[in-house]
Amino acid sequence: MTAFVRNQWYVAAYAHEVGRDLLGRTILGEPILLYRTEDGRPVALADRCVHRRFPLSEKPSRLDGDRVVCGYHGFTYGTDGVCVSVPAQRRIPRTARLATYPVVEQDSFVWVWIGDREPGDTLPPRAPWLDSSDHTVVCGMEPLDADYGLLVDNLLDLSHETYLHGGYIGTPEVAETPITTEVDDKSGVVYVSRHMDDAECPPFYAKSTGIAGRITRWQDIEYHAPCLYLLHSRIAPVGAPGPNPDGSDPHAFHVEVVYGITPSTEKTTYDFWAVARDFALDDQRVSDFLRENNHTVVMQDVVALNVLQKALDTEKPGYQELSINIDTGGLAARRILARMAAENAAPAEAGVR
Amino acid sequence: MNALHPPALTGGEVYRIHWVLGTDRLLAVCHCGAEHEFEDPVDVWEWLLAHPDGHRPFDDPAGRDPGEEAP
Repeated sequence: MTAFVRNQWYVAAYAHEVGRDLLGRTILGEPILLYRTEDGRPVALADRCVHRRFPLSEKPSRLDGDRVVCGYHGFTYGTDGVCVSVPAQRRIPRTARLATYPVVEQDSFVWVWIGDREPGDTLPPRAPWLDSSDHTVVCGMEPLDADYGLLVDNLLDLSHETYLHGGYIGTPEVAETPITTEVDDKSGVVYVSRHMDDAECPPFYAKSTGIAGRITRWQDIEYHAPCLYLLHSRIAPVGAPGPNPDGSDPHAFHVEVVYGITPSTEKTTYDFWAVARDFALDDQRVSDFLRENNHTVVMQDVVALNVLQKALDTEKPGYQELSINIDTGGLAARRILARMAAENAAPAEAGVR
Repeated sequence: MNALHPPALTGGEVYRIHWVLGTDRLLAVCHCGAEHEFEDPVDVWEWLLAHPDGHRPFDDPAGRDPGEEAP
């Protein structure tokens, strides 16, 4: 499996998912309870009652004001995790306290810090398009029954679009066009560029932009290991002027595809996907089309990766793979993840190294 | 170098790997300036991450393998 990287921010939920209902998510194997206080602040606590480990996110557990009441025996906790009430006795054991998790709400996501130290000044990487009046966003989340490393591998090599997503976002040129890969090892960023000068326009972009002919299609991947993947997609009719030196680019359509990659357990992953566009902002038909189409594409990946995980589970230890040029970015990501995991191993694991 | 792909990352220690247009070869460029061409991305990363072993700014024009001992 791909080792977990601790001491990092991870997308736990979309901001709109966290409200006055109790939401449970398991991140890096840790069950986490999410809800919002009456004044709108997101809270993340351990999702197991200290008494008999009943999940606090499961009914009949409930909120009483900002406090969580366990649905099994009524242990009641404040937002700081401290137990304030137990049934039938006045003395509350000192150890009756839930672990709390640092939480940040940023770019339409609720991020949770998983680690053994506090985040300090460290903030999650940015995806500003998801919370911008200049963009319209469609989004979703699909649970994946696979190691998160398989999703990273999948997203870092878009040549698979031609085969797995033909008829949606894949065209022959994607697999045929060479890539440039850049890696900032210290920052944990992998950047993969594939610029197609003259390509067929796949239905995903033809129907959403209205472009009828061939296109210039740029795919620039920016992966912030381990948690956030950005695909800067630029589409313009062939022959249209390129971006201006000041960065403006009025002759092109831009789609920012964002993935929050959140390992849940060793072989399950939350696949948060969002598509932000800078055109047809108020056109509901375009939103509906992109939502349905991208959901289909995401599910094609989910089905394939679930199958792949099952196949890998039957492999003997030390099985061989073969990597070719298209895997340059994926290999870089794997090495960065392995390094980050080793540097941030939980104290107990570090002790046996 | 591929003119279509100016550097995107600006950090001080960025590795770049260019798929040489019209070929199956990968040109690896270390942050120290050393360059070498490979046919396999696994070899690319072994060489890049071995920095500074076998890295000389602007690879030997004789095309000697970076792992080879200098005469």
